[in-house]
Amino acid sequence: MVQYQQARLDASFAALSDPTRRGVLEQLGHCDASITDLAGKFHMTLTGMKKHVGVLEQAGLVTTEKVGRVRTCRLGSRRLEDETAWIERYRQLWAERFDELDKVVEELKGREKIDARKKQE
Amino acid sequence: MHARSKNEPAPTDNPTTVERKSERELVVTRTFNAPARVVFEAWTKPELLMRWWAPKTFGVSFISCEVDARTGGAYRFVFGHPASEQPMAFFGRYIEVTPHSRLVWTNDEGGAGGPVTTVTFEGRGARTLVVYRDLYPSTEALESAIASGSTSASGFSETFEQLDELLGTLGASAG
Repeated sequence: MVQYQQARLDASFAALSDPTRRGVLEQLGHCDASITDLAGKFHMTLTGMKKHVGVLEQAGLVTTEKVGRVRTCRLGSRRLEDETAWIERYRQLWAERFDELDKVVEELKGREKIDARKKQE
Repeated sequence: MHARSKNEPAPTDNPTTVERKSERELVVTRTFNAPARVVFEAWTKPELLMRWWAPKTFGVSFISCEVDARTGGAYRFVFGHPASEQPMAFFGRYIEVTPHSRLVWTNDEGGAGGPVTTVTFEGRGARTLVVYRDLYPSTEALESAIASGSTSASGFSETFEQLDELLGTLGASAG
């Protein structure tokens, strides 16, 4: 199970590190598309786009389904992730960031006080 | 529990809130115990931004941070992580910079689907209310950002955090 999770995380890193693949996710957020559509939109060969979609599919970010001769791509199961839980994690990230900002702001305030005292002297 | 050193001020207990304000808008709010002038400075000077934008818990670290906080100026944040060979760059342009009160910038790393970020600094006596707003070009763009876990730098960091947790678990089970 842990190995599976790690493999999936590795796949996610690989998938998201490429700007074309991030673009494909964005595109699929608008509507489902065939590999041919995507290749056209991103000015790539069919083979090149198939590779990109393959990487996204392995990461669980995209699912594909072949009907007749057309392979349709759509966003993967992660889309169904509970939004509330996602927002809570997002909030925690900002809270951590802002706790660090508090420290920087306190230091700047301290510096201003010292500067003001120096001016008075 | 560990005692904080005197030189390290404790974070305040001011709460951070996040709300999905509309179909294509996420809003984060937080109050700081300092005047707007001071808080604004910490958002616009690269050497200060680098100290808080990617806290240690995020797992990513700054490789470089370029900020030209003027209307029309550009910014570029580059992060590295041990698990990723490629550094990750986040960049865009300042659409508006009004000293001590308002920042607006684009997020261009993801192409046209990136949000426009607006940060306002409202003075409340000796304190400042910061409102951070990501406005996506469409509902779909916000949905896909949530689906792929990539909203600004934090999405990637969140993934990295998970990885760190996982690595921690692996380390613990191996030992």
